[in-house]
Order: sequence, then structure tokens, then C-alpha cells
Amino acid sequence: MQFATYETANFYDEMFLADGSPRSGARLLQERIASLPDGELLARQAAAERLLLQNGITFNVYSDSAATEKIFPFDIIPRIVEAAEWDWLEKGLKQRVYALNLFVDDIYHEQKILKDKVIPEALIQSARSFRKECVGLNPPQKVWCHITGTDLVRDRDGQIYVLEDNLRCPSGVSYVLENRRILKRTFPQVFEALRVRPVDEYPSRLLSTLQSLFPAAMESPKVALLTPGIFNSAYYEHTFLAQQMGVELVEGNDLVAANGRIMMRTTKGFEPVDVLYRRIDDDFLDPEVFRSDSLLGVPGLMEIYKKGRVALANAPGTGIADDKCIYAFVPKIIEYYLGEKIIIPNVPTHVCAEPRELAYVIANLDKLVVKAVNESGGYGMLVGPHASDEERVEFADRLRQNPRNYIAQPTLALSRVPVIVNGQIAGRHVDLRPYVLYGTDIYVLPGGLTRVALKQGSLVVNSSQGGGSKDTWVLMS
Amino acid sequence: MERAENVSRFIDVNLQMMLDLPSGSNQQWRPLVSISGDDSVFASRYAAATRENVIKFLALDMENPNSIVSCLRAARENSRTVREAISSEMWEQVNTSYLAINAAASNPLLIHSPYSFFNEVKKASQLFDGVAEATMLRGEGWHFFRMGRLVERADKTSRLLDVKYYILLPSLTDVGTPLDDIQWAAVLRSASALEMYRKRHGHIAPEQIVEFLVLDHEFPRSIHHCLTAANDSLHSISGTPVGMYRNPAEQRLGQLRAELAYADTEHIIKRGLHEFLDGFQTKLNLADQCIYDTFFALRPIGASAPYRAGQ
Repeated sequence: MQFATYETANFYDEMFLADGSPRSGARLLQERIASLPDGELLARQAAAERLLLQNGITFNVYSDSAATEKIFPFDIIPRIVEAAEWDWLEKGLKQRVYALNLFVDDIYHEQKILKDKVIPEALIQSARSFRKECVGLNPPQKVWCHITGTDLVRDRDGQIYVLEDNLRCPSGVSYVLENRRILKRTFPQVFEALRVRPVDEYPSRLLSTLQSLFPAAMESPKVALLTPGIFNSAYYEHTFLAQQMGVELVEGNDLVAANGRIMMRTTKGFEPVDVLYRRIDDDFLDPEVFRSDSLLGVPGLMEIYKKGRVALANAPGTGIADDKCIYAFVPKIIEYYLGEKIIIPNVPTHVCAEPRELAYVIANLDKLVVKAVNESGGYGMLVGPHASDEERVEFADRLRQNPRNYIAQPTLALSRVPVIVNGQIAGRHVDLRPYVLYGTDIYVLPGGLTRVALKQGSLVVNSSQGGGSKDTWVLMS
Repeated sequence: MERAENVSRFIDVNLQMMLDLPSGSNQQWRPLVSISGDDSVFASRYAAATRENVIKFLALDMENPNSIVSCLRAARENSRTVREAISSEMWEQVNTSYLAINAAASNPLLIHSPYSFFNEVKKASQLFDGVAEATMLRGEGWHFFRMGRLVERADKTSRLLDVKYYILLPSLTDVGTPLDDIQWAAVLRSASALEMYRKRHGHIAPEQIVEFLVLDHEFPRSIHHCLTAANDSLHSISGTPVGMYRNPAEQRLGQLRAELAYADTEHIIKRGLHEFLDGFQTKLNLADQCIYDTFFALRPIGASAPYRAGQ
């Protein structure tokens, strides 16, 4: 299959320059694909999909009574990130996570940043993700956000921005590892020739990060992954990570608080757990402290956590740093705590809680993307230019009723990548979610999850909204 | 997985027996349903116990929890929930088999020519067993896996033998005729036991077949062999020395195993093979329930568990 008919249109293309020639890092890949005999690329795409099905990397389509399963859409043409650009991104991500962690720690202690009026105090008080139960807590080594997923996008002019921070339970890293496993089989020669940075060490890095959390000097602390259970959409990832790390996968009812420890049910009685990698939200962690109707958590967990007798990753309360209103202040946060300029810029953001900004947003709804501050997964948002008049009017009402709940950003012309669609190669918009681990030091997994909006022209890449994924190849320098 | 395999074996043995009956004899399919213990479920959903209905019910019916497709689905779902505890090859094996067998099950021609389907189910189960054997850590998970599999196998070998009891010969005088022999051979074949039986005993003789499938020490599908190995796994899990017991599961399974160790064929046949098998199945169910109660039933911390570690 050829790229002859492929058009970059008027977008930044991750693989091609505006004149249609490949970017330098992508030349080998382009040549390889162009040299494949007719039908071979599609055959490899089909083989990759078969492999995903066999490996059971699927989700159920519940509306279908026959319970057919679908694989998460995956495209075999990798997205390439060149070494210099990645080194810059890595530095920027470390800076950002380091500063956000200092911010969370400050917010739950002295709140200097509020007293110095860098961030309006009202914004914190009104944040649903601010947990007063966490005030005064001291997680080991003062690290709160151990696992972060940061969403990056690139605008038409080639500038990369941070679009969102995910400091609660970012998911998707299992797809990074599975996608890589499949692409190594799909393009072995190109992969070898390009010298791609490996991602396979993530599970052992994650395990080390988790083990580093247990305060008492201990040979090998017992780690378990706490899942909401098999009906959770990320359950596959939970089993995958537990398996890859060789730790127990537990649900709330496998755990009890007893004798000042968290104990795990086994066939030989109860055994203590030292570190919980919890993939359930703060709200459900402990019905005695947070939502009392939660059946997913462990009563008494927070009490034991406060005493430092079990570690939690991420620490409860980190959600305050991925509140989308707080996001708007991250450049200031970095400057305040580090005295540095932000490396990867933010998308300019209008905080609707400010009356003047609200007026501007309502007047310019047709140009802006509006997002609810506490939603993720592409829910509760309005893409102004793509919305109907009625949708915009209805959204303006919602904004007036609860301005604190919304922010707005200019609609970026997200960069595109070539994707196989209906047997042809076509351009589709993408983002990139790198994963950052923070234990004794900060580690950034090279690459991350490249998410593609498969619908033509769509800017929403979330899997719940019909998005697919690609392998991300970060080249060695 | 083991159950799907065994249901395949049941249907297969019946198909073979029916083919060998003299023309004009009645096809007998009802017994197969009775043996599985699902009579009432069957009656509520199907009019007559025809070949087609019974195969549908036992192999393809998603609403029958013991049908082949249901068993495979459950095996896959269970593997999915314990995916972190098993090897990824095991998961891929059960998943691939599930997908392939599900696809085959939707073929409308299957009812008319089901042999390759049953063969595929059997192969899938054997492959799974092989992959597990070759990849799993010999820890607690492995022993639970093995014990479950062997208890199921012991139960189903007993039911396979029972098929012969239910399938009536055209007349009483046919006992001991070539037709009778052919049916016994079909029973052996469906337990993958014919060749091994021939090595051990040579000619087809009902007493020796019972001896072989119930009491043989070395044949891997004989009831005695299955229970001995299951009992070993149970004791590996608990750490109790074999021959002693610290919980009802160990007590029940040990008793049952000992009964078989000191049984003799002559006595079994005198008492009635069917009665013996029936009693055996009841006791095995009890042991199975005790295993569940001992290891899996949720109990609050501090409550005295039937299982007491390290005492």
C-alpha cells in the first residue's frame, strides 16, 4: 500500500512534512511500508488484530445479547517520536510532576501557595477533589502522586502542550506494553534498524516504586493491587499489571483491617499487606471515611494509612492536582515552588469561576472546547466548533448555573498520524499519554499511549468515545 | 474445562453405541441427560429426548450451565478473574479455544456431524492441561487447579461407566454377546482407555473394565488414581501429612480414597455397579462441598475456621 494519496491537509502530521516527504525519524518506516507488496500491510493489520483477540485484550459490547467481544481498535503504523523531542518532553514531565507533588503536599499542610495568593483559596475550598480528611497526612518521603498519566497534544504549528494531568488512577499503560509486543512482530526489521527505546521494564519499575513506599526498612514489602472487580472497564489492565509484577490482585472484600494492619485473606488465614496499588477512586477507598455506601473499599483503611502501617499509591487526595481549574495554574505552581519557567506549556485556559472569563467563554462558545473540571474519559465536554446551536445554548445555561465546574480552551488543530481506515491510509487526530513514576526518583516511560480519534475529523481520542491506539516509538539518541 | 471435555466424551460414547445398535432398535438419548443429573432442566426446555435435542442441550445450550459451551465460557471467565495467578500461555490457550469452539458451535451443520467438534473440545482441554503442567508454579494455585480437575474427572469417569448401565441391550439374552462387548469397548474408548486396557487385561470383560476404570492404580482416568492424586494436592495445600486430617475436606476425601483402596471388583458388582457409582458420586459431592467450605467460604477474621494452620 502506498502513501501516494495520503494528504497531510492543513494539519501538523507526526509522520510527514507539509510537502509530503517523511520526517527524518520516519523515513525508514515509510520506505518499508511503501515497499510491501499489495495487501501485505492489511494482512499484517489483520494478523495484529487476531493476536489481540487471542490474547483477550477485548471489551464486551453489552447491548449485544450474544455478548460479542471487540478488541480495542489498534493501528499498526507506529507513531515515532524523535530523540531530541523526547528528551525535552521527559524533562518537562519530570518538572511538572515534581512541582505538582510539592503542591499537593503544601495544600494538605501549610497552604503557603494560598496564603501567598498565587491560587485563589476559594478554588481549593470549592474543589470536589479536595479531601479535608487528608489534611496533615504524611505519605512516605512526602510523595503523593506515584503514578501519573499526562495527556499531551500538538497544535498545527508543531507546539506540544500539556492538555490534562491524571494523578488519580491513570489507566492505559497495559496497552502500551501489549501494543509493543505486537508491533515487534509486525515490523521487526524497521524496529531493529531504528533503535527504539524499550518499554518492557515498566512493570519492574512500577514494582520498585511501590516497594519503595513502605516506610519501615523491609526486605520485600508485600504489595497487592486493589481492583474494583471484574466489571470495571480497566479490569484487564489490573490483572495484567498484577501478573507482570507478580503481586496479588485483591478486591475490597479480600482485605480487612485488624490489629492495626491491613490483612489479606488467603487459604492459610490472613496475611498482612504493606503496599496497596489501588485502582479505585478515593471516594470508594474506605466507607468509614469517604462514601459510606461503598462496597469496594476496606472499612478502617484510612486509619491504618494515617498511622503509616500501610502505603497507598496514589495517596488519597491527589485528585486536587488534576482538577481542571487547578490545571490552569500549573505554570504558576511550577514557578512558585521551583522558581523555573514551565517547560511544556499549558493550553491557554479560561477558568469559568472568574466572572470575566465566563462572559468571554459564553460569547465565544463556537470557538472553544469546554470541559467539566471533574470529568474524564471525554465525558461532560463540548467541542464548540463541532456542536449545534442548540447544544451551545444548552451548554451556556449549564455554565451560568455552575461556573466553578467548567473551564474552556481554544480548539486546537490536533496533529494527525496516518491510520489504516477501510483499507486506505488516512490522517486522524492523536494525543499522547506518557506515564510517570515517582518513588525515590522520577522515571518517565519512553513513549506512552498514543490515542487516535478514529472518526474522521474527530478530536476526541478517548476509548470510551471510539478512540483507538498505536504503538509509540521513541528513538534512541 | 475438564467438564467440557467429559461431556464431549459422554456424547461421543453414546453416538458410538447408537451406531452399533442393530437397525430398528430405539435410539436411547434420555439416559445421557439423566446421568448428567439435569433431567428437570432438560424437561422444562425440550419436548423429547431426541438425538438432536440432547446434543443441543449438552453441547450448545448457553442456558444449561453444564453444557460444553457454558463450561468453556465459565472456564474462560474464571481464568480471566485469576489471570494474574496463571501463566499467560494458559490464558491464551483457554481464550483461543473458547473463541474457536464458540465459532464452531454456531455452525448449523454441527448437529449432523459433531465428531470433529467433540474432538476439538477434548483437544482444547488436553492442551490446557499440558500448558498448565509445563508453565505453572507448583504452589497453592497449581494444587487447587489439579485437585479441582481430578475431582471432576473422578466424578465423570463414574458417570461414563454408568452410561453402560442405562443403555439397554435389545434383550436380556444379549448380555455377553458381541454387541455387549462393542458397547463396553465404546465406554473404554471414550475414556481414552481402550489401548491401555488391552495392555493390562487383554479381552473385554465387564469385571475387568470396572476394575480398570474404578480401581486401577496407574491409569490416569481411573477413579482411584484421580482421588489419590487429588488427595495429595489437598495435603500439599494444607501441609497436613497424608493419612491424617485436620479439616472435614481432608477427612472426607481421605475416607473415600481409602474405601477405593480396599475395594474389590467382585464385591462392587455383587452389590450392583450402578448403586456403587451412585453412592460414590454422593460422597464425592460431599467432599467437594467440604473443600469449598474449608478454603473458599468467606469467614470473618478471628472466627474459628474449620481449617487451622500450623496446629
